[in-house]
Amino acid sequence: MEVLVVLVVHAAVAWLVLAPLRPGHSGAAEAEESAEHAELEALKEAKYREIRDADLDHRTGKLSDADYGTLNRELRAEAMELLRRLDELEAVRGARAEAGVRAEEAPAEAAEPAPAASAEPAHAARVRDDDARRA
Amino acid sequence: MLTAGKFLLVLALVLSAYGIVASVAGARTANRALVDSGRRAVYGLALTLVAAFAILEAAFLRSDFSFSLVATHSSTTTPVFYRATAIWSSQEGSLLLWATLLSLWSSGVLFVTRRRVREIAPYATAVLCGFATFFVALLVFMESPFQGLSAVPAEGVGLNPLLRHPSMMIHPPMLYSGYTLFAVPFAFAVGALITRRLNADWIRTTRPFTLAAWFFLGIGIVLGARWSYTELGWGGYWAWDPVENASLMPWLTGTAFLHSVMIQEKRGMLKVWNASLVLATGVLAILGTFLVRSGILESIHAFGASTLGVPFLTLIGVMILASVYLVVSRAPDLRSDSRLDSFASREAMFLLNNLVLVAMCVIVFWGTFFPLISEAITGEKASVGPPWFDRAIVPAALLLVLLTGIGPAIAWRRATVANLRRQLTAPVLVALAVLVFVVAIGATKPTSMLLFVFAGFSLGVVAQEFVRGVRARRAMAPESVPVALVSLVRRNRRRYGGYVVHVGMIVLFVGIAASSAFQKSSDTDLRPGQSVNVGGYQLTYEQPTSAVVAASNGRLERIDLGATLRVRRDGKDVETLVTKRSYFPSMDPTLGPISRFFEGEATSEVGLRAGLLRDVWTVISPSLSGLRGRIEEGDKVFEGPGAKLDEAQRQAFLAQALTGLADSYRRNPPPATFRTIVSPMVTWIWLGAIIVFLGGLITIWPAPRASQRMVTAGYAARVARELGRA
Amino acid sequence: MDPSRKRTIRLVVALSAAVLLASALIYTSFTASTEARSPSQLLAGAVPGKSYELTGKVAEGSWVKRGAVNVFSVRDREGHKSVPITYSGQVPDPFREGREVVVTVTKQGDRWVGEKDSLVTKCPSKFQTEAPKT
Repeated sequence: MEVLVVLVVHAAVAWLVLAPLRPGHSGAAEAEESAEHAELEALKEAKYREIRDADLDHRTGKLSDADYGTLNRELRAEAMELLRRLDELEAVRGARAEAGVRAEEAPAEAAEPAPAASAEPAHAARVRDDDARRA
Repeated sequence: MLTAGKFLLVLALVLSAYGIVASVAGARTANRALVDSGRRAVYGLALTLVAAFAILEAAFLRSDFSFSLVATHSSTTTPVFYRATAIWSSQEGSLLLWATLLSLWSSGVLFVTRRRVREIAPYATAVLCGFATFFVALLVFMESPFQGLSAVPAEGVGLNPLLRHPSMMIHPPMLYSGYTLFAVPFAFAVGALITRRLNADWIRTTRPFTLAAWFFLGIGIVLGARWSYTELGWGGYWAWDPVENASLMPWLTGTAFLHSVMIQEKRGMLKVWNASLVLATGVLAILGTFLVRSGILESIHAFGASTLGVPFLTLIGVMILASVYLVVSRAPDLRSDSRLDSFASREAMFLLNNLVLVAMCVIVFWGTFFPLISEAITGEKASVGPPWFDRAIVPAALLLVLLTGIGPAIAWRRATVANLRRQLTAPVLVALAVLVFVVAIGATKPTSMLLFVFAGFSLGVVAQEFVRGVRARRAMAPESVPVALVSLVRRNRRRYGGYVVHVGMIVLFVGIAASSAFQKSSDTDLRPGQSVNVGGYQLTYEQPTSAVVAASNGRLERIDLGATLRVRRDGKDVETLVTKRSYFPSMDPTLGPISRFFEGEATSEVGLRAGLLRDVWTVISPSLSGLRGRIEEGDKVFEGPGAKLDEAQRQAFLAQALTGLADSYRRNPPPATFRTIVSPMVTWIWLGAIIVFLGGLITIWPAPRASQRMVTAGYAARVARELGRA
Repeated sequence: MDPSRKRTIRLVVALSAAVLLASALIYTSFTASTEARSPSQLLAGAVPGKSYELTGKVAEGSWVKRGAVNVFSVRDREGHKSVPITYSGQVPDPFREGREVVVTVTKQGDRWVGEKDSLVTKCPSKFQTEAPKT
């Protein structure tokens, strides 16, 4: 019984720990992308929180109009930049899906990049939409 | 299973050492596979330690006395719940629990961040594995939980009856969870400093763990205080004992850190401060773990002077040196993005809050280590007692309560007079109302009065925040007040959860102030029928009580001697309180079988009437002088003719003798000493703590996330619309 | 006043406040502290009326309860010199002869009086000192 427990644990642990070192372990490129995606998502959430905080501070009188104006513009610009980077990432993923490397759930629209000019107001609108959706 | 346990610990040691090497090597050579392997080593470590812990736990539950630990900390008469939790009443078991919890939280944070902060994570993994290696090495080489006994005893020594209280058994796991969780932000801070990635990302990522650490450590501290109040025959909840202080210090710096990171996130300031604070918190957490088991300070908690002093001090020394080196060498990367504009600003108030909390930590540290400090300076070991601590902490606590109100109300950057007037008028009025009330009910102590006034002010600020927030919400969306309140809190969990925590802390402070300043107590001897007057209550010793209690397996567990007291106020009956003292037998074979019961451990059962306004607390200390004669006679009987009896007969006679003793106590009760305490608003302390933890839960609860699909759909719709227009 | 001068002033004020508070802390702790003594040290020389923190073991056979007053002796950890203490108030739950205790005492006349609620009994690390019976 004792021997069995010890062997089982040793075997499980050895398999777990040495798996990444075996050749043919899952693609690094996808892992990188998914990492960057998670990172950007988290930054986006944090940015949205900051925008909401600033809004509440302004409404309850803790941020002057001038300060709020500047801060709000800054934060929204940063949020839009994040959205743009997320889109870029999604475009790459979409392209890869089309190439058939892996079945992804990226919608086809993402593969057609919208013209740069209309991307700006679209991003700003998305920031507003995302914000409202958190009600 | 002893060998299995030993093998598993060695495996754990190998894994944690491998984790360090693989993570650092992988980071330096940009080898993702190695880094992944290092991270998985932590998962494997958790698996291994949980298995080892399970083996030990199983041994306790089935009372396997071939395990030395089980034989010395449990017995067949110990109830199942306490058998399960007796593991961590021992040095070895508690170290194993510490290591297991560390490995579990480490696995958690590394899993959650497996795709985030990828440059920092490997170094954080190495640090966490470093801690694990230290603790597992202690378990393998110095304090093994898997020591065996060659001669297996028939009965174990049993759990110290003082520990037989649910609070007491949950208290260590809560504390250890707090300490081990603080290792997480420590490790990530070190990683961030090493890699010079010093924006707020690592703070954001580890925030849930920092909050959880603060949360669990806080629960552990409050449970300890509550146990002290309801179980010990002393009547207090905090003694400024070195071990109590050791758990408070990292909690104070942790609280400071949770506040100052908000400044870093908002204005990019205080980076050096934050890094230093989180590193200090990690050091204090290890220091706390060390103090309990070191024996270097006189404390009620000491596990006993042990050989672990040198390894722990070495670890602490290494942590301090490394922290100082990292912060100093990375100072250019830690420069602030902005400066403090005005003293009348939220940034300044948060900084002041931090300074007060750190000052409190310094005070507690100084007082705790004073015996060693004074010995180093004057050659004499001297110590400071609770009065010194109280006197030193009170001004800081007052300032803290005041800041709890000013902080949320004041504007960022620079507050104008108009701004201050708008924010502070209503709370100041509340404070004045409280002042009038307090004077009217006849309170005269200035520090208490000041606390109540500041508390009124700060509670007024919180109420105002909620009111204004709901109003702002309703201006944005047509919602009823309750719905607006809920959505306000949901969308701003951090802020409003924080406000709830503030409310809880204020209630807690008010409870502490009232119960210590206005307490009445007395120690008196009473015969049945006699009364004592304390704090407006009259307590009458009604009847003696006694009982002989056997465990579920038939073995005699203890003898109880107690009393019932009738409590009256203004002539009217209020309650009947029951208090008793339980005597557990010693295992010393040189003592007679009956006197053994009165030479072992004794615990008190407190008679407590807890109310919202007042607690009536009483505990009995029975006099055994009347029973001495019978006890000695009984012992002689067992020595002489009783020696020829077999085990079952001995037990039967012992039961009879003890029952006779109990009966005679009831028939001829000698006067007993009663300690009675009437303290106002003690319940507010526990209520305040509960509110704090509810607020903590609100803050920790993950916010709802808009799903990716929705975002893409929104964008797609937008793009379609734009394209359609173009 | 230009900003950097303002900052310097703030820094000076803050540091001065810190120094003042630290001095207050240090001063009060040294004046309010009680020196630790073992029983033999106490018997060797003690100032009447001054408080000392006595550490040692409760001498076997010395504990007598007289109503609400407890009388016991504290002896050296390794040794036999002991000091008889009069302690009014209840002793803590773990209090036992042979256990290590810490108590604040003052010499009044030729008696040693223990300060109320200052008695701390060390929780034994093991339930008992002997190996369990087989």
